[in-house]
Amino acid sequence: MSGLTRKDIGGFLARQGILVAFVLFIIGFTIANARFLDPDNIMGVVRSSAILGVMALGVTFVVISGNLDLSVGSMMSFSTIVVLDLHDKIGPALAIPAMFAMTLCLGAFIGFLVGYLKLNSLIVTLGMLSAIHGLTLTYSGGKNMDIADKEGTWFSVFGQGEALGLPVPILIFVLLAAVLGMLLSKMPFGRKVYAVGGNGTAATFSGIRRARVVFGCYLISAFCVATAGLIQASRSLGSQNTVGQGLELEVLAAVILGGASLMGGSGTIFKTVVGVLILGFIQNGLLLMGLQFYVQYVVTWIIIILAVWLDIAAKRGKLWSPIA
Amino acid sequence: MTEQIPVLRLEGIVKTFPGVRALDGVSLSIMPGEVHALMGENGAGKSTLMKVLGGIHQPDEGRIIIEEQPVVMAGPLDAKAKGIVFIHQELSLADELSVAENIYLGELPRKRFGLVDWAELEAKTNGILEKLKVGFDAKTRVGDLSIANQQMVEIARALTVDAKAVIFDEPTASLTDAEKTVLFEVIADLKAQGVGIAYISHRMEEIFRITDRISVLRDGQYQGTVNTGDTDEEGVTHMMIGRKLDLSRNESHHELGNVALEVRGLSCGDLYRDVSFELRRGEVVGFYGLVGAGRTEIAETLFGLRDPSAGTILLDGEEVRIHSPHDAIERGISLVPEDRKAQGLVLGMNCRDNMTLPQVDDLKAGPFVADGAEIAIFDQYRDKLDIRTPGWKQLVGNLSGGNQQKIVIGKWLSMHPNVLIVDEPTRGIDVGSKAEIHNLIRDLAAQGYAVIVISSEMPEVLHVSDRIVAMYSGRIMRTFTSEEVTEENLIAAISGLETQKVA
Ligand SMILES: Nc1ncnc2c1ncn2[C@@H]1O[C@H](COP(=O)(O)OP(=O)(O)OP(=O)(O)O)[C@@H](O)[C@H]1O
Ligand SMILES: [Mg+2]
Repeated sequence: MSGLTRKDIGGFLARQGILVAFVLFIIGFTIANARFLDPDNIMGVVRSSAILGVMALGVTFVVISGNLDLSVGSMMSFSTIVVLDLHDKIGPALAIPAMFAMTLCLGAFIGFLVGYLKLNSLIVTLGMLSAIHGLTLTYSGGKNMDIADKEGTWFSVFGQGEALGLPVPILIFVLLAAVLGMLLSKMPFGRKVYAVGGNGTAATFSGIRRARVVFGCYLISAFCVATAGLIQASRSLGSQNTVGQGLELEVLAAVILGGASLMGGSGTIFKTVVGVLILGFIQNGLLLMGLQFYVQYVVTWIIIILAVWLDIAAKRGKLWSPIA
Repeated sequence: MTEQIPVLRLEGIVKTFPGVRALDGVSLSIMPGEVHALMGENGAGKSTLMKVLGGIHQPDEGRIIIEEQPVVMAGPLDAKAKGIVFIHQELSLADELSVAENIYLGELPRKRFGLVDWAELEAKTNGILEKLKVGFDAKTRVGDLSIANQQMVEIARALTVDAKAVIFDEPTASLTDAEKTVLFEVIADLKAQGVGIAYISHRMEEIFRITDRISVLRDGQYQGTVNTGDTDEEGVTHMMIGRKLDLSRNESHHELGNVALEVRGLSCGDLYRDVSFELRRGEVVGFYGLVGAGRTEIAETLFGLRDPSAGTILLDGEEVRIHSPHDAIERGISLVPEDRKAQGLVLGMNCRDNMTLPQVDDLKAGPFVADGAEIAIFDQYRDKLDIRTPGWKQLVGNLSGGNQQKIVIGKWLSMHPNVLIVDEPTRGIDVGSKAEIHNLIRDLAAQGYAVIVISSEMPEVLHVSDRIVAMYSGRIMRTFTSEEVTEENLIAAISGLETQKVA
């Protein structure tokens, strides 16, 4: 075998860059802090990734269909506040479905604008990010929301309970990932999502009703957000109006890290789960190194840039190219 | 005779892709002032060989030699700098940019401070466009052009550099006769300047009209080179596919069934006016006309992609309104669209999933897509159409152009439509498969399908149709039966020389 050339290495990095970067991170963190690979710590990471992960599952559908959803963070705040408020007013058994219905309405509205009216998803969901935040504040009157009787409610089971020896949030994440993974990879709807994102015109020419598919993706995204809101509310039993703030970028980072292309047409649920875990471990590693949590905002941004760059690099098999 | 040195020589080129040995030790030389045809079946490796030459693929083995100097093509720009211009089979233009920007992309003329010299750019571009006799100018947005005109833009690119060799990969696949004539003039000019030309096409008449030598590839292997004057269509076909081709039309004597589709007084703005015709089960009707005659637009209307401004459509005698392709498919209409890359395929999806896309809702085992049924459909049409791919998992974007087209055809045939509309069905398909597809169309008719064939290739229309509708400028000029049609009266009808007769 002749030796590896610089070009071979560049090509390898371009194709497997994310994994290489991840392995380097892990090695670095483990050297910096031996606790990093501790089973308790790993479990902790998975557990705290569950909320982000659940949201990322839904956004995966949206991204594969060739669109964006930047409203998930503020929508999650909305769900959390609504379910906490209704908990005391109508009881948890009614509050949960009511909150899901309201969140799905928001998703349907976005799906209508992007799918049927064919408005640009970046503009629509960026607008909704702020509009929903306004809605939440109006709803709560700007106050934090708390459950009155924190001890005596079964509502805490979704965020704090355990079943089958696992924390419930992880179970929900795994279950939802399995169901949505099937939907995306094995069912007709999933096939259509890939077709619409890969080549919308060809999808239309194949009799696929694009608007419906896009609409469906936003509904799924909203459903996932509602689920994440439920876990969040149940975990803390009280919340600020801004719990979900900034999550939209982390979610997007996880989805892209997993390898979904922003151009649409590629990505899988499994890869998104990997992306979520990578992001979770990197953030945890930084925390263990003693960095302030707000450093993570910057790190998330860097990760997004890195992921997008490597996504393009993987397509052309080179890290850098003078054309396109 | 003086010993000429080739402008370009390829030696023992090997190129493999996962699961495919696309080129297996191919050697070839192109002389200055020569038009060198490269022929072979779909997937034989023609485009791959040219991509190696154009710096798009790196060969696994072998050498490229330009004027006796071995070179390495680092990339497309490098190839261009070395005087190799490549006009692609699949268009590679930027839709949002103007014609001028596309032609000079990467080397826009500059003024002081690095500003683009728009006046100069426009003047230079219009100079080239004039030579090509096209009906658009430098400022036109490329996305607004027809495929044929986009192809002309691609060709215009070749004229901007001092080329040593120009590669044309199926340049005429979507050109009209008039544009072809212009292209051949351009090629003659280049030839006179001593430029070496590699020319890929599946159209025999062109090959024999403009080329000097023909090299043939089969399954990635070099079969030999002959002087064009020393061979004929049969000889070349034999080199390509290793057997003789049966070009006879299988005349099936079947009864025509009831009227499957009837169109009455259909109009769509300026695109076409007052179109009426009938299509019976068991019948193939060819639509022939110049580009812009409105044939594709009629097909798009029938498939629910355009709303007609007047007129009625009847399926099996019942008036219908078709608002979307989804409606059309539910009513048993299939359309093999004109532009496979934009309308026919999801390039990033695998072969099987592309083929079964329109019927994915119907192929279910419980809530899931039935894997087995899908693979069965894919296998059936792969065999029927002789699709060359290492397997159904291959991404369609990795198939050769002709094999991509076959996927689109398979996709719509497998729907078993009542009315099958095919728009330029054999674009980019090799002679052998073309005959197969023509037979397949005849067979479908014999089985009682109603088929509309839109084609700009007269031989194709003449060969497959029972009746031929001649269109000119959005109107049906005349309908011929296969007995009464001749090349002459068909040409007269589609160029508007003949006054309109009642269809
Ligand atoms: N990027 C790629 N990845 C994998 N396989 C490829 C790739 N490009 C080409 N191939 C394969 O290499 C073979 C040769 O393809 P090529 O495009 O050169 O055929 P061609 O002779 O130009 O055919 P056509 O007449 O259909 O255009 C085909 O089997 C094709 O599937
Ligand atoms: Mg080709």
